[in-house]
Amino acid sequence: MNSYLLETIRTKFPDAVLETHAFRGDETAVIRKEALAGVASFLKAELGFDFLMDLTAADYLPRDPRFELVCHFYSSKHNYRLRLKCPVYSDDATVVSLTPLWAGANWFEREVYDMFGIKFEGHPDLRRILMYDGFEGHPLRKDYPLKKRQPRIPHRE
Amino acid sequence: MGLETAFGHSYLTTRLDEAVNWARKYSFFNYPFVTACCGMEFMSTFASTYDISRFGAEYPRFSPRQADVLFVVGTVNEKLAPVLKRVYDQMCEPKWVVSFGVCATSGGFYDNYATVQGIDKIIPVDIYIPGCPPRPEAVLDGLIKLQQKVSKESVLDRKYR
Repeated sequence: MNSYLLETIRTKFPDAVLETHAFRGDETAVIRKEALAGVASFLKAELGFDFLMDLTAADYLPRDPRFELVCHFYSSKHNYRLRLKCPVYSDDATVVSLTPLWAGANWFEREVYDMFGIKFEGHPDLRRILMYDGFEGHPLRKDYPLKKRQPRIPHRE
Repeated sequence: MGLETAFGHSYLTTRLDEAVNWARKYSFFNYPFVTACCGMEFMSTFASTYDISRFGAEYPRFSPRQADVLFVVGTVNEKLAPVLKRVYDQMCEPKWVVSFGVCATSGGFYDNYATVQGIDKIIPVDIYIPGCPPRPEAVLDGLIKLQQKVSKESVLDRKYR
């Protein structure tokens, strides 16, 4: 647990970090979602994380906070990787957008919005990206009915 | 063709069927509606080892208006369904549809919100080829079955479709 990265983040943002863990160099910091913008810009400006590899979410339905936003960062300069996780409550499913910092976040956030219904504040164009216009609900939510179909054209028979 | 309306069910029509079906079944122009990994086996069927041109079906037309057989190769999802329907509607009679692989046939293992559970929910299908993906031998078998089906058709059937 003596990771330089996690130690730096913990000392810099003592109130924001809820938990950290590392498994064989796979480092994760769980932070409050209110602090995401601050931590992310610190990662980019100070620690050299120039690449947002992935941004996704998970739904842990009975749990509260229900959702978890997961961001994977990579620093091509230092060959560092870091995972940030933010618990998101279902009654306030809004997170700050990372698109101003990493342009690649744009479509990731649209996908998370499409699949989970988490909204991103400050996103330039928050529309569905995979599902079609007129699709109702967010299909990767655990309470989306398994057999529910929303055809665009009427089915035969 | 016009002749069939004049002669109806008669000796002339059945002789005409023989000639027309013989020509049709050995000269399928196919429209490959390829959406997924089944396309690899489809290409393999076209390539020299299996050589679909032995059956006269080697000529893909990338305009539905010039095609006889619609090969639906791979998964069709709900987002794509209107496109498939439009391609089918643009094809001229006589036209046949081959459902290639389990995804096109039944949705395969994609029993979820996105996938059409078989293209027969969208368009009528003549031949289903099972497999994930089907081996080229299975594809040729399906093609021969389609030829057998075509050879039993009558020119009188077409206007009722």
